[in-house]
Amino acid sequence: MLQSTLKKAEKAKEKKALYGEDIDLEKFIKEEADEHENVTKATEVPKKVQESLLKIGVDPSEKERSGTFIQVDQSGVCTTCASESVEIMGLNVALDKYKWLKDYMWKAVAPDTDKYTAQAAIRESKEYPSGYFIRSLPDSKEIFPLQACMFIGDEQVMQTAHNIIVAEENSELHIITGCATGEDVSSALHVGVSEFYLKKGAKITFTMIHNWAEQVEVRPRTGIMVGDNATYISNYILTSPVKSIQSYPTAYCTGENSRVVFQSILGGLKDSVLDLGSRVLLEGSGSSAEMISRAVSKDQSQVYSRGHLAGRTQNVKGHLECHGLVLSDDSMIYAVPELEGSATELEMSHEAAVGKIAEEEVLYLTSRGLSEEEAASMIVRGFLSMDITGLPPELAAETKNMIDMSLKGM
Amino acid sequence: MIKLLLEITDLAVEVSGKEVLTDVDLYIDKGETHVLLGPNGAGKSTLFMTLLGFPKYKVTRGEILFKGENITNYSTTDRVRMGIGVSFQNPPAIRGVRLEDILKVESGADEDAEELDPEVMELVHKLKFDEKFLDRDVNLGFSGGEVKRSEILQLLAQKPDFIMFDEPDSGVDIENVELLAEQINILLEKDKKIGMREKSGLLITHLGYILNFVIADTAHVLMDGKIACSGNPAEILDDIRKEGFKGCVQCCKVH
Repeated sequence: MLQSTLKKAEKAKEKKALYGEDIDLEKFIKEEADEHENVTKATEVPKKVQESLLKIGVDPSEKERSGTFIQVDQSGVCTTCASESVEIMGLNVALDKYKWLKDYMWKAVAPDTDKYTAQAAIRESKEYPSGYFIRSLPDSKEIFPLQACMFIGDEQVMQTAHNIIVAEENSELHIITGCATGEDVSSALHVGVSEFYLKKGAKITFTMIHNWAEQVEVRPRTGIMVGDNATYISNYILTSPVKSIQSYPTAYCTGENSRVVFQSILGGLKDSVLDLGSRVLLEGSGSSAEMISRAVSKDQSQVYSRGHLAGRTQNVKGHLECHGLVLSDDSMIYAVPELEGSATELEMSHEAAVGKIAEEEVLYLTSRGLSEEEAASMIVRGFLSMDITGLPPELAAETKNMIDMSLKGM
Repeated sequence: MIKLLLEITDLAVEVSGKEVLTDVDLYIDKGETHVLLGPNGAGKSTLFMTLLGFPKYKVTRGEILFKGENITNYSTTDRVRMGIGVSFQNPPAIRGVRLEDILKVESGADEDAEELDPEVMELVHKLKFDEKFLDRDVNLGFSGGEVKRSEILQLLAQKPDFIMFDEPDSGVDIENVELLAEQINILLEKDKKIGMREKSGLLITHLGYILNFVIADTAHVLMDGKIACSGNPAEILDDIRKEGFKGCVQCCKVH
């Protein structure tokens, strides 16, 4: 790692994040990277891990997958790749293989963003580079998705990961990632730094399901660089309780006609604090963004749904939408849509609405024989289910099933 | 004593503190089709929602018996599960809830079932819908005719014993009225001999146009929260067409 990166990180060691409750990093255990055993295929990872994988769309059978990466705590335990169009491997392996990769490290996410990025950078430099590297080769189109999973298996662990995803020119890449915790883990911290680089004409769809335990704290940090005519589509789903999660991915649409779509499904349950946003900086001529979130708050949960859309050059457009349903008096939804226009000839809009389930909709369904609870649950699931755009048809159908499965408990 | 299917006795109903129905008696037996006429604001829809048990409609007097059971305080769900069905005039659109999801529930299939029952699929095609339409969010962006056809389709899947139709012909073109009427006749077992019919219906209609295609046994005119008269649908309609509901006002005075 470059000395300057480490230096920046060291300086930011105590720097609190702008949003989200501050976490005392000393509370957590830093496990070694060789703590968990390596396996050659996903069906060989421990049973308890496999069961959790299915819930987050990561299929241990690897059917219709072009490759798999599984990290347990700090150890990359499984890497497979069945496609010649894509590469997937541990970041440590990739850094040895590609000398140029260092030029992509910490370019989309600054190491001194806050104490979490700083922690990830310091561990990477002093201990071991954890996380994965994914790359799609130029002009390739792999319709089967790669799957990656971050799994926390041990109590009190601080998991850090640094992921680099590069889509070369005119390539198309689909990624399913999930994060989960072992059933016996009650408390842990996950810090995942992800940097995406989309070259000219590339397309990435990134579908992520989170399924953490109730006492886990989560601080992902994501930056996305979108080149000319490139498209980045993110689908994010969280419908299970977590202690707190705070994330605010930023996409830099510097390329001409670059395009970004963020779609999020947020279900706040129990005491969860969800603070999730997305930010798009439209800096390339003709670039555009769509950011849509659907949030539901139940029990004592607090859901912050943020969005920031900045138009910084002419001929850009974007739309920001957050809709929320507050389902209990002890819960809260705080929708913060922000628009920032600093050029002429741009078009940006936002739409935010927070409310309740419409009574006439419940009545309509009860007049079809559903109980009030069944009707409300059907309406909530309908509200949260979104049409997923940009995926190949089979993957779209599978993703729809994944969403339906995630919405079961809502 | 043989119980009638539906017995409404001395019913008074309040909506937002205002009495809308004051004194309604209405009896519908197995196999009968009744039609409810009346000017706007007479309380037709109120009666309809009250029979469904919607919470806004408070019964302050009288009772409703269905299949001999006093359902006056039953929830909508329970009434529907006992065999009451309804087609709405303006049902709400529900984003994300697909017509297929509702049909699954109505036909008694598991919500997780991959596909609809073949019998229900046949109905879908009969009502000139296709698989793609089932995937649409219920009532969202449906045309007037599609709304009515979807309501009737849902009833066909549900197979209720007593069905209320709120203005089934309003806003529908002639071709669709005939299609709808054909299905309403199936729902009400009009293909069977009178004595063999089990299903009953109550049609609310403003203009009575649907009655050209669906034969009703009895008509009632609702005026100012009361049944002003009951009798032969053809005669009553004829009077209303000639004199409007003004004639009914005079009738009310006599009663």
